[in-house]
Amino acid sequence: MEQYKGRSISLKIAAGPVFYYEKKQNRVKREHVEDTEAELRRLEEAKTAALEQLDRIYQKALKEAGQEDAAVFEVHKMLMEDKDYQESIRNIIEEQQVNAAYAAATAGDHFAAMLSEMEDVYMQARAADIRDVTERLVAALLGRDTDAADPDGPVILAAEDLAPSETVQMDKSKILAFVIRNGSANSHTAILARSMNIPAIMGVEVSREWNGRQAVVDGTAGTVVIDPDDSYLEEIRGKMAEETRRQTLLRELKGKPTVTKQGRAVRLYANIGNVTDIVNVQEYDAEGIGLFRSEFLYLGAKDFPTEEEQFLAYKQVAESMAGKKVIIRTLDIGADKKADYFQLEPEENPAMGYRAIRICLTRPEILKTQLRAILRASAYGNISVMFPMIISLGEVRKIKTIVEEVKGELKAAQFPYRDVELGVMIETPAAVLISRELAKEVDFFSIGTNDLTQYMLAADRQNPRLDAFYDGHHPAVLEAIRMVTENGHREGIWVGICGELAADLSLTKTFVDMGIDELSVAPGCVLQVREAIRELS
Amino acid sequence: MRSFTYTVRDALGLHARPAGMLVKEASRYQSKITVSANGKQAEADRLMLLMGMGIRQGTQVTVTAEGVDEDSAEAGIRHFFEESL
Repeated sequence: MEQYKGRSISLKIAAGPVFYYEKKQNRVKREHVEDTEAELRRLEEAKTAALEQLDRIYQKALKEAGQEDAAVFEVHKMLMEDKDYQESIRNIIEEQQVNAAYAAATAGDHFAAMLSEMEDVYMQARAADIRDVTERLVAALLGRDTDAADPDGPVILAAEDLAPSETVQMDKSKILAFVIRNGSANSHTAILARSMNIPAIMGVEVSREWNGRQAVVDGTAGTVVIDPDDSYLEEIRGKMAEETRRQTLLRELKGKPTVTKQGRAVRLYANIGNVTDIVNVQEYDAEGIGLFRSEFLYLGAKDFPTEEEQFLAYKQVAESMAGKKVIIRTLDIGADKKADYFQLEPEENPAMGYRAIRICLTRPEILKTQLRAILRASAYGNISVMFPMIISLGEVRKIKTIVEEVKGELKAAQFPYRDVELGVMIETPAAVLISRELAKEVDFFSIGTNDLTQYMLAADRQNPRLDAFYDGHHPAVLEAIRMVTENGHREGIWVGICGELAADLSLTKTFVDMGIDELSVAPGCVLQVREAIRELS
Repeated sequence: MRSFTYTVRDALGLHARPAGMLVKEASRYQSKITVSANGKQAEADRLMLLMGMGIRQGTQVTVTAEGVDEDSAEAGIRHFFEESL
């Protein structure tokens, strides 16, 4: 049994044999040709053949996936016919007296490089379209067909990467899961896996030797297991049974309101840590996103994420949620969760150290970039923003000044944005005790019970020896939550909980009785909490 | 010769699809239509070059049309920019 870990796209699990998909290598050799006229004619013929293929793929995608997804192949056709592209290929053939396949590959490289050098991440992704078009043309010149080989039965498809023109040609009913070495959360394959509602794991070192062997793809753990042994299969069967139970709950509770028997409604939102989690938010029917942790943009990166990268991620989430609330928490990074480029120094006591809003307010350029991206994305949905680790009114006022500055800049640059709700996380005893005053400054509170428990009880939650002391049910923690809720309501703002306790079914009644307005939980917990609330009188 | 200047509002700028639509729109006219931005210039029927101009949200684009149908070309392309970008 071999186990591999990668980035998971959905919480599904699948088992079956592996089909290793090997791209036919269009290795192109540079060959000297005497008769360049003949080579130019071959280029024309190959272009016509490639355009016919694209036309067929376009029609197929139109039928299977709709206008939106098919449009990419229309663009591929236009790229194939592009004057500069074709002229560049012809020039190379004539001037260097070389074969058309070599000329096409060279021209394709040239234009793809032009786009991948641009700063814009979206444009960089378009370089892949040009490579895809070029591969098709080269294959036509070499007389190879680019049609994907189809497996016989249902399989787990493993590949180095998959181009959109390859996935569209596959028989989808035969694919149980994807395992891909190269590919991001926004890659075509990831989007496809989400729409097909099957597991996909990215960033795994796939191997040709897996072909035909049994495997399990566990999207909940982000793992691929080749040749699973009996005890592992046992475990997976248990997980699949749990998943089946969830599906049953789903059918019963999906689309139902989260209200008690007496009709009191609680907003039931989900916590996410990446754009890819949205699929689960939708799957488990959360009513919004109560905590969008923005750290993933920073932790996976080599340098500070640009405004544009952040904007695209926030916009994607806002648009996917189609008008439902999305609460983005600004950067919550600290000495235990860190990225090298922040150049944070090691600390004796990181939990109480230089982290979250403390970094953002001493290095406001970091916060400003993030706020610009969030506000720009606000034009595309229903975004709110909240700030972690607050201990004073002064911090909140400073933040509000920065927000106003950013709005002024955006207005001057004519970027559209909306007036977003501003909230603070209540995680420190200080914030609890001044919550009445804080409530006058903001639009909502979100109680982060993990840190609140740690700070109320002075028990480091990273230290396993303190597990017995770290108790979210401690009366002091519950009293703090009650007090914050009451103070928030006195000043007319809403109060939610976004920590682990929000999903603790033994406390659901306590929270509803306190008057909590919103609970934000892991996507997979949404329906259990909804069930618990609907059973309250 | 007719021309107009436009500041791009679309969040993704002149990416592949609107660039493709622009090429299509421009092919309806006989006039020579030129797009300039960021110190670069390309004729409006050059898809790859248009995509390579780095036109994004906030970029100022100047479009000129020169030829027998320059009036309707200018109006048509201007309408396309206002609607799609």
